[in-house]
Amino acid sequence: MALLDVTNVTLQYRTADRVVTATRGVSFSVDQSDRFVILGPSGCGKSTILKAVAGFVAPVEGRIHLGGTPVTRPGPDRIVVFQEFDQLLPWKTVIHNITFALTASGRVPAAEADSRARHYLEKVRLSAFADSFPHTLSGGMKQRVAIARAMAMEPQVLLMDEPFAALDALTRSRMQEELLQLWSDTKFTILFVTHSIEEAIRVGSRILLLSAHPGTVKAEVRSAGIDDRDASGRLLSARIHAQLFDGSHS
Amino acid sequence: MAPIPDLIERPIPAWRRLYENGALRKTALLALLALVWEGYARVLDNPLLFPTLTATVSALLSSVRSGELPRAIAYTLKLLLEGYVLGLLFAALLTALASTSKIGADLLETLTSMFNPLPSIALLPLALIWFGLGDGSVIFVLVHAVLWSVALNAHAGFRALSPTLRMVGQNYGLSPIGFITRILIPGAFPSILTGLKVGWAFAWRTLIAAELVFGVSSGSGGIGWYIFEHKNQLLIPNVFAGLLTVILFGLFVEHVIFRTIEERTVRRWGMQI
Repeated sequence: MALLDVTNVTLQYRTADRVVTATRGVSFSVDQSDRFVILGPSGCGKSTILKAVAGFVAPVEGRIHLGGTPVTRPGPDRIVVFQEFDQLLPWKTVIHNITFALTASGRVPAAEADSRARHYLEKVRLSAFADSFPHTLSGGMKQRVAIARAMAMEPQVLLMDEPFAALDALTRSRMQEELLQLWSDTKFTILFVTHSIEEAIRVGSRILLLSAHPGTVKAEVRSAGIDDRDASGRLLSARIHAQLFDGSHS
Repeated sequence: MAPIPDLIERPIPAWRRLYENGALRKTALLALLALVWEGYARVLDNPLLFPTLTATVSALLSSVRSGELPRAIAYTLKLLLEGYVLGLLFAALLTALASTSKIGADLLETLTSMFNPLPSIALLPLALIWFGLGDGSVIFVLVHAVLWSVALNAHAGFRALSPTLRMVGQNYGLSPIGFITRILIPGAFPSILTGLKVGWAFAWRTLIAAELVFGVSSGSGGIGWYIFEHKNQLLIPNVFAGLLTVILFGLFVEHVIFRTIEERTVRRWGMQI
């Protein structure tokens, strides 16, 4: 059985004057240790799907199950890494951001929190900044702390909402590399949202393609981490591009 | 045009470095003002209108030694703390109400826009009728002075907290109380602190004014009463000493107490607004 089952999920959100359908009838399932990427243009509701899996948004139709139990509200078994740099609590040092997450959620007893936090901070190579406040860190370092914090929680699935989108190209590329490195250490399950085809191919092992307005599933493809050619000689990125935008431009 | 010399470093002249020191500049200004005060009062030579600085300081010292001024300060502080704490409690209640429902938020905004422009001291005559000639009336106007600015700022701070931080807090599965005390309040602390500072400033000015209008109950009074009483006795150096005390205490709270809180919290966290 799959770890995460999303079945026929329709999501809506309200603005001041209308109700917008973000996704319609989206289904997919994520297995243990998958690097599952949801890829689509802006407006396809990919972030909304992630928030629904996290429990922040309730589906108007369909079901979301994690390990067989329905998702009804946010919980520490599904930790989100956001795109925004302000996801760290500014009033806590780097190490306390992690230990607070561990103890406040009841994930780890206070006595063990510090050593666990330091272990994961070491993994993102930020041990030297344990006692710094977040506002003294660069954007890339903040995202690494957020990833360390999320990993330290050892959630069943790590939810990443365009975590590198606000970084410069060089830092983004390095962070993708580091994420894959971390994954190969512990093989945690990732649900990763992005609008970049290149990033999806690099980070994902499975890629779900969504169309926009409202988001519906177009296809699912597999990636080996590089933009390789199929039997007919077409690049994976070209095939993804064709499937995403097929018909919608004409 | 002469070429700019290949400068690596060059010492800045001593007078320039002294001039760059803000504390030193202000001390020099204070000394100059003290000199002007002393000189003008000596030339005027009318202690009933404008006593010299030395007369004021000696009046201050003798009032401190006799215990009269410390008693007045203690009395004022006790009232101030009672009013301030009670005002904070009401502000917390009102903010809680405003944070849980739209109607509550509307209530807070309406009440604040009605009462915030109303100087607290204007309520004193009414308070005297309602609560009589006693501490109750003063505490009532103090609560009014503190309540609105604290409640309004705290509410604004809660609303301005980023949705991302809220979701981070919810992600840990905190209880509602835990979410308020460990995410909302620290996240809104810069605004809350602004409210506390504004509330303090209103309360301090209101209290001194209220004591001037009516300060005595059961034989003891605060600093405002100290000023008023000595004016009646034409002990003008003591009036100046009372005013000096009000200034010094106000400076102490604003520049020592609140500054220290700021440095240890919002400045350290990079959350200064």
